[in-house]
Amino acid sequence: MSRTILINLLRFIVLVFFQVFLFKNISLYNLSTPYPYILFILLLPFETPNIVLFPLAFLIGITVDAFYDTPGLHAAACTLLAFVRVSFINITVQKDGFDNEPEPTLSIMGFRWFFTYILVLTLIHHFFLFNLEVFRISELQYTFVRFLLSSVFTVFLMLLSGLLFYRKRER
Amino acid sequence: MRNLWIFISKYNAFFLFVIFEVSALFILINYNSFQKATYISSSNEITGLAYQKVGQVTEYLSLASVNDSLARENAKLHGELRSAFYIDTLTKRHIADSVYKQQYTYIVAKVINNSVNHRSNYITINRGSKDGITKDMGVICSSGVVGFVVNTTDHMANIQSVLHKKTQISAMLADTRDLGSFLWGDNLDPHQGLLVGVSNNVKPRIGQPVVTSTLSSLYPPGIPIGKISNLHAKEGGLFLNMEVALAVDYSKLEYVYVVVNKLALEQKQVEAARVKDE
Repeated sequence: MSRTILINLLRFIVLVFFQVFLFKNISLYNLSTPYPYILFILLLPFETPNIVLFPLAFLIGITVDAFYDTPGLHAAACTLLAFVRVSFINITVQKDGFDNEPEPTLSIMGFRWFFTYILVLTLIHHFFLFNLEVFRISELQYTFVRFLLSSVFTVFLMLLSGLLFYRKRER
Repeated sequence: MRNLWIFISKYNAFFLFVIFEVSALFILINYNSFQKATYISSSNEITGLAYQKVGQVTEYLSLASVNDSLARENAKLHGELRSAFYIDTLTKRHIADSVYKQQYTYIVAKVINNSVNHRSNYITINRGSKDGITKDMGVICSSGVVGFVVNTTDHMANIQSVLHKKTQISAMLADTRDLGSFLWGDNLDPHQGLLVGVSNNVKPRIGQPVVTSTLSSLYPPGIPIGKISNLHAKEGGLFLNMEVALAVDYSKLEYVYVVVNKLALEQKQVEAARVKDE
């Protein structure tokens, strides 16, 4: 239990650090800007109670907001992401099948489930984020392109990190 | 009441979502509409410190380009200095005299490059052919002879300094008007020259001024060259050789005057005809 908390705390710090000091500076043709920090919310254990999950999502959102000077924007997107995550897991995973606190990682859940999971959640998060950021119908087309390309970039980075920390299933 | 509690706990995800989403949107809209100074920004203590620390590391990566830009800015600022400007207006001094016809006019010029420590020294000035300077014009300064023009461009001219191995100036002793030839000695001393070819019957004395002669087409007569410092430099047989302490400190030249001799061309032509006749 304490090990899980420690790992997630470390993950929080590392992801925010990389997001703020590395990925903030990356922008492909002003169209594709990755936000892989949402991996923190995606990789929280299945057993995380909602009363903890939502504050954590809000917290990492507001932390990134502080560095991006956009108070509330990422927090709102991350809260939505947490809600979608709860729904998605409720639909696709039966809770009793696992022992000792499994996490929704690539190594435990397999490629197909993990890919669908991060793809759907990233699309929703990015769609909400980009449209809330622009908040203008007239730029919808440009925003849509940005949202799609950024989602591809983010999913790519998250898959990469999933493969990087891949551990062979023991069971 | 109990049913309500069961209802809320059953759909707790939705209610939590609503609570946090509303607060996030509240922060977002509040900040955007009033632009208040807020703690959630990159200027608070924690984020500011983090940006500062990372900035200290990342600034090393951009040192090359920063250096480059600073050097460029320096060059630009140097270009804006007063000394960088080429003074376009130029006054030639004319003396209106009904008795004498003017033979010499002077063009003032600034020395922009100078050397004294080579065997053949050259000076560059900021006047060129557009200002009326041509090859073989004499150059003097307020204290004495400087050299003559060997090369010109539109706005620049190159002067062969007196401190040159090929220097040969027609000179004379100021008060007795005895002719000689002035050379730069071969000991590379920028304060010493030689006066050679003075006839044996002359009785020079130490401290006697040496000036340009009336024979030169480059310089007006009577421009100071130096003063005799040693009467017996090298034994020259039939002629007297003397050491001359130069009048001009060539290492400190600032402004010089280019001598425009209106009769120089005629003098050359007539002397060339004489050579042809021989």
